[in-house]
Amino acid sequence: MKILVCISHVPDTTSKINFTDGDTKFDTNGVQFVINPNDEFGLTRAMWFKEKQGASVTIVNVGGPETEPTLRKALAIGADEAIRINATPTDGFFVAKELAKVVSEGNYDLVIAGRESIDYNGGMVPGMLATFTDANFVNMCIGLEIEGTSATAIREIDGGKETISTNLPLVVGCQKGIVEEKDLRIPNMRGIMMARKKQLTVLEPSTSESHTKIASFEKPAAKGAVKLVDKDNLDELISLLHNEAKVI
Amino acid sequence: MSILIYTESEGGKLKKTAFELASYASAIATQQGSSVTAVAINANDAEELGNYGVHKVLTVSDDSLNNFSAKKYASIIQQTAEKESASLVIVGSGSNDKFLAPILSAKLNAALVPNVVELPESISPLKVKRTAFTNKAFAMTEVDTEKAIIALSKNSFGLKENSTAVTSESFSPSIPEDASSVTSTDKVSGKVAIADAEIVVSGGRGLKGPENWNLIENLAEVLGAATACSKPVSDMGWRPHSEHVGQTGKPVASNLYIAVGISGAIQHLAGVNSSKVKVVINNDADAPFFKAADYGIVGDAFEVVPKLTEKLKEFKANNA
Ligand SMILES: Cc1cc2nc3c(=O)[nH]c(=O)nc-3n(C[C@H](O)[C@H](O)[C@H](O)COP(=O)(O)OP(=O)(O)OC[C@H]3O[C@@H](n4cnc5c(N)ncnc54)[C@H](O)[C@@H]3O)c2cc1C
Ligand SMILES: Cc1cc2nc3c(=O)[nH]c(=O)nc-3n(C[C@H](O)[C@H](O)[C@H](O)COP(=O)(O)OP(=O)(O)OC[C@H]3O[C@@H](n4cnc5c(N)ncnc54)[C@H](O)[C@@H]3O)c2cc1C
Repeated sequence: MKILVCISHVPDTTSKINFTDGDTKFDTNGVQFVINPNDEFGLTRAMWFKEKQGASVTIVNVGGPETEPTLRKALAIGADEAIRINATPTDGFFVAKELAKVVSEGNYDLVIAGRESIDYNGGMVPGMLATFTDANFVNMCIGLEIEGTSATAIREIDGGKETISTNLPLVVGCQKGIVEEKDLRIPNMRGIMMARKKQLTVLEPSTSESHTKIASFEKPAAKGAVKLVDKDNLDELISLLHNEAKVI
Repeated sequence: MSILIYTESEGGKLKKTAFELASYASAIATQQGSSVTAVAINANDAEELGNYGVHKVLTVSDDSLNNFSAKKYASIIQQTAEKESASLVIVGSGSNDKFLAPILSAKLNAALVPNVVELPESISPLKVKRTAFTNKAFAMTEVDTEKAIIALSKNSFGLKENSTAVTSESFSPSIPEDASSVTSTDKVSGKVAIADAEIVVSGGRGLKGPENWNLIENLAEVLGAATACSKPVSDMGWRPHSEHVGQTGKPVASNLYIAVGISGAIQHLAGVNSSKVKVVINNDADAPFFKAADYGIVGDAFEVVPKLTEKLKEFKANNA
């Protein structure tokens, strides 16, 4: 089985989010970048396929040279080789188009991507990629088994989960559950040494087409003072939570 | 410009989000002097969309669509979008919407703008605000394609009634094969995990003892919330360690965090501060948590919480 794992290179969850150039660019100053958490779960699942059923695991990123340390980390966790499409992506559509080319040329049976990146939160790359490559697709995947060319996937739905029976070629948008937090692997010294020697192929992009651009960024307004509600007027609290805060 | 909305239903009934999408689309249509068409699959009450500004409903009824299929549903929406020459398609943000939207985007060659939280700033070119960096920022997104899909974030616009003469038409699309099929569905009705919860109800030492935790559990149940506690509460064995939240416990980043009888020590706040909205219930008006909260009630938890639970039950029944 040939597996491709899509790796998005994203700011660490604890990063301070700031913008530069008149609020048009994300300020990477002092920001630590990591493998997108959803992709890390996916990569670990790919390693299990490799170890238990036999598979080759290629990782891919669409991004500039600055994403290479993230790719090397994924190689140190155990992926066999890496591909980087040398471009600064502008949106999920562009990324999906570039990935589709890699998938078609490499004849991958299974593509594991994350449900969503924690930077732009698009949640669109895996579904677009599946459609462009005519593969089956399961989103919000929290469990995956493959036998021959048949796949059984578990998908999180609103208020529960469902089991889906499908076939390869398959693209999944995965999240925690496909493996658990405790299953994640920290690269060891040997892995890091070996990763240095693994193939990292850099390809030039084949399109410059994108669907959207970000005109400007904005940060949420600072938190105001607490609104006190009288203990005998709980309807007001419910109304505030419903209409103003929109959380119930 | 014609606007199409995909209104999701469950068990033959439209979901609440369907009416929010209708309200949102109707506000755009009013600005633009255009109309809103809805496509509903296996919904028996689609005419109700007329109460929220929808002019026309295309109803699709087919037993083979009882189980959700992203591929089939996306194809049906695509066919209705083409039939109606819709340049703007609006979908929601539920797990099924998130499954079908990227497929629809690829099929229609329409830009997908996810996590939208406001009405568009302009329509041509389409400019609309969405969240980014996991709610730490907003991004004003500009669309370069002729057609676009907006995926509206839940509860970002709300319901706006707007009674409209609605016509209903049944539509028989061609339904594609899907090699994927749902073999079983499992809706959990038990406990919600803290990490997954939209709402977390948390109790502190102010609750006096483990025998009083039904207060927390009942409130959590009406809200579909997870239960949590402060560190001393778990240290004393009132609650399991898995419920301990804060700097040395689990982090909480829910939409709503309700703290009952928790003082708001810095180590506690560090772990729960990234929740979007925080409500505190405490009988001491000087408790530090009031400085970190959005809404507060100064009162005795033993009096306030059962009342709040009852009122929320009524609210839920009326807003299901
Ligand atoms: C310097 C720089 C600047 C950028 N500026 C922007 C910008 O202004 N606007 C913008 O939208 N994007 C920008 N990006 C790209 C951004 O990081 C995402 O790759 C892209 O936007 C897709 O994000 P999404 O949230 O739609 O992905 P989602 O659809 O949420 O991602 C889901 C999954 O798809 C896969 N995936 C996503 N992106 C990639 C990728 N690049 N390579 C490989 N797999 C991937 C991962 O498995 C991920 O978990 C920039 C990237 C870089 C390096
Ligand atoms: C290194 C370190 C790490 C720590 N990590 C954590 C952590 O991860 N999480 C954590 O929670 N704590 C942590 N703590 C402990 C923290 O400092 C506080 O001691 C703890 O959060 C207090 O818990 P509490 O709010 O439940 O209790 P208290 O501080 O005793 O507060 C109880 C509150 O209940 C109110 N109350 C009393 N009766 C009623 C009533 N009838 N109705 C309504 N309100 C009432 C009181 O006014 C009071 O505000 C840590 C401490 C240290 C030193």
